Amino acid sequence: MVSDKHDLGASTTFRQDSVELCGEWPRMSHLLFDAKLTEALRMDGDLPRVPVNRLQRKAQEQNVNYLSINNENSLASISDGNSPRSAKSAHSGSFIDYKSPGRGKSPARNKTPGHVAPKLSVRGAGQKTPGRKTPGRKTPTTPFNQQDRFIPNRSTTDLERSHQLLVNNMEASGGEKNSEEDLLTLQQKEYREKMTENLNDGQQPDTRILSFKNKAPQGKEGHVNNLKVLYSAGKPMVPKAASTRHIPNVPEKVLDAPELVDDYYLHLLDWSTNNHLAVALNSSVYIWNGGDGAITALTQLVDPDYVCSLSWIKEGNVLGIGLSSGATQLWDVAQQKLIRTMDGHQNRVTTLSWNAYILSSGSRSGHIFNHDVRVAQHHVSTLQGHTQEVCGLKWSPDGRLLASGGNDNQVNIWERGSTTPLHTFTEHQAAVKAVSWCPWQNNLLSTGGGTADRTIRLWNCTTGICLKDVATNSQVSSIVWSSHYKELVSGHGFSNNQLTIWKYPTMAKVADLTGHTGRVLELCVSPDGEMVVSAAADETIRIWKCWAVDKKDKKQADSSKGQPISMFARTIR
Amino acid sequence: MRDREATRESTNMAGNKQDTQNSITLKGSAQLVTEFFYFGINSILYQRGIYPPESFTYQQQYGLTLFTTTDEKVKEYLNNILEQIKDWLEAGEVQRLVLVVTNVDTEETLERWDFDIQHESGFEPGSVKEGKVGTKDLKIIQKEMRDVIRQITACVTFLPLLDCVCSFDLKVYTNQNAEVSDKWAESAPCFIANSQEVRLKSFSTSIHKVEACVSYKADV
Repeated sequence: MVSDKHDLGASTTFRQDSVELCGEWPRMSHLLFDAKLTEALRMDGDLPRVPVNRLQRKAQEQNVNYLSINNENSLASISDGNSPRSAKSAHSGSFIDYKSPGRGKSPARNKTPGHVAPKLSVRGAGQKTPGRKTPGRKTPTTPFNQQDRFIPNRSTTDLERSHQLLVNNMEASGGEKNSEEDLLTLQQKEYREKMTENLNDGQQPDTRILSFKNKAPQGKEGHVNNLKVLYSAGKPMVPKAASTRHIPNVPEKVLDAPELVDDYYLHLLDWSTNNHLAVALNSSVYIWNGGDGAITALTQLVDPDYVCSLSWIKEGNVLGIGLSSGATQLWDVAQQKLIRTMDGHQNRVTTLSWNAYILSSGSRSGHIFNHDVRVAQHHVSTLQGHTQEVCGLKWSPDGRLLASGGNDNQVNIWERGSTTPLHTFTEHQAAVKAVSWCPWQNNLLSTGGGTADRTIRLWNCTTGICLKDVATNSQVSSIVWSSHYKELVSGHGFSNNQLTIWKYPTMAKVADLTGHTGRVLELCVSPDGEMVVSAAADETIRIWKCWAVDKKDKKQADSSKGQPISMFARTIR
Repeated sequence: MRDREATRESTNMAGNKQDTQNSITLKGSAQLVTEFFYFGINSILYQRGIYPPESFTYQQQYGLTLFTTTDEKVKEYLNNILEQIKDWLEAGEVQRLVLVVTNVDTEETLERWDFDIQHESGFEPGSVKEGKVGTKDLKIIQKEMRDVIRQITACVTFLPLLDCVCSFDLKVYTNQNAEVSDKWAESAPCFIANSQEVRLKSFSTSIHKVEACVSYKADV
């Protein structure tokens, strides 16, 4: 058998051997089993699992089994003893290569055992190192007196180490090492750069840091940061104006509003003149009848569309719905029917405001579209005054001026028919969502700012002057007026989530209505002017009776409201 | 605004019939950036509550209502620094301006407002001195500045409260060989350990580019 191996690369020889091996195999296994059985039964024989002594090991090596190649321990122990790579003759004794320093890489390179002989010669001549590091070149061959099927088991191989050794070997043998070395060094270079950057905190080494010797004065002692109101939950302040009437501090009614979207910019509540309260809960719209308390579902949008704004037409029969897709829908609520859908906006329609037959819609893009709902070509004009989301939009009661507030902290006043703003107010330091016209005084506008601003401002829109500026210590989300009492109510967020009643024109605080556990998002006045409804992030809608009218006054008002509510004949003073 | 235009016309060495509003010289750019810093720093002082709001007055700038301090000492301090910064900008020596807010009692750095100044490509310090002129519509520059200042204002929504008496300091990062008068001293960078960083918008005058960024102590 041994002599056969001297045939260089003779594959036929191999095949012969394999046949022989296959033939031998069954016989051998039979013998092994027999041996094992006798051994097991013998009581005084060798211990089966004891580590063999050196001499025995050597004896075993001659018949080394392919499984042991992948066992590093066994290899390591073998290598010292019987290294065919010693500087002795290349044809020394056994050419069987037991050692696989590549620890597993080599089996892959074992193309055919026929290559054993050429490798021998290469090995003898070319090796500089004792060959421990040449996994690629050395292939442990299976001894041909045994089975030759080699099924590699890589579970114990250390591929990284072998790769490194391979690379080192390539270097040592003067192979194509340049690119690899450069690559390594490039990585190292990058690493070094990053480290210097990190250690120097991003500055170049040739920078000086200077500061002026005479320092600025410090803040005054005891100066409390006025932003503290944003972080601390304070008690509501004592009202300054003595109220001459009793204002109940509990809501008249609380409605459950699950899935109400907690988004400051949306307008999800509107109360019509025929006592219908429209509420948008995520993607559905519900109508609550104020007279009998009945609730009807108007529509449900397809996911992921959601309702962004609601607005009743003055007559109270048509509801405009602004969607997140940019479309505006008009619904006939009595018949529960969709009248038309008006497209045009690129982004969600955050606000809507009616002016007779004109519906103005403001969107996230900052554009305001005016739609004439009577005609087919509904989009009559575009107002571009905001660079960010339009979150407040209101036509004045006389229909001449349109006020818009945006996330860019600006308030624009537009004249009807014009596309450039009449006034632009930039005093607010945060988004202006609360925009509301005074119902009894012409051209008087109130605006409220968001978290960074927290002020309510009153403006004269003919002259463009800010009349009053009130700090409220909390994000202002909505303002409504009462003509009967000459008061304003503003809805707030953190920390009290209250509704504050202010006396006009002194802007003295009349009362705080607390109860909401989440920030107030929207306020609306009832059609009879007696109640204010608030929707908040705590998913409740509360109705507060803060503007109760005296009985005798009410009789007068009632007489004019006595007729059954007629959708078309009704007008609002 | 008129003054600036006049300055730009007189220093426009190119002599072309350029639309004066669009051409920005180095001096003009330095002036714009310095002005921005003045209003930006004042905004930070007001918004973060380092000085009581009563000590601020407001004026219209960049189409916004901006608050500026009325405290004489603070004004003097700012003007001194900004004048020097303007000179350095014209010389191309300044790399960064940092406003550091420290707790007076514990000397701990609480906030860092970083304004990184870079030269636009083609306007390296050497070439600009020859009178090379950039073109950018002033309105666009102002709009960019406006966006940055609005962002500074809006930062109040996430920055932690400065609940103690604070002082602020301005640090300038310059090149090694910058001309320094003896009113300036070397100082430490004052980084915040374990900080959160928020990148704000940037603006460019076509010669200088300013990037803004705020770092604050991350809540443990």
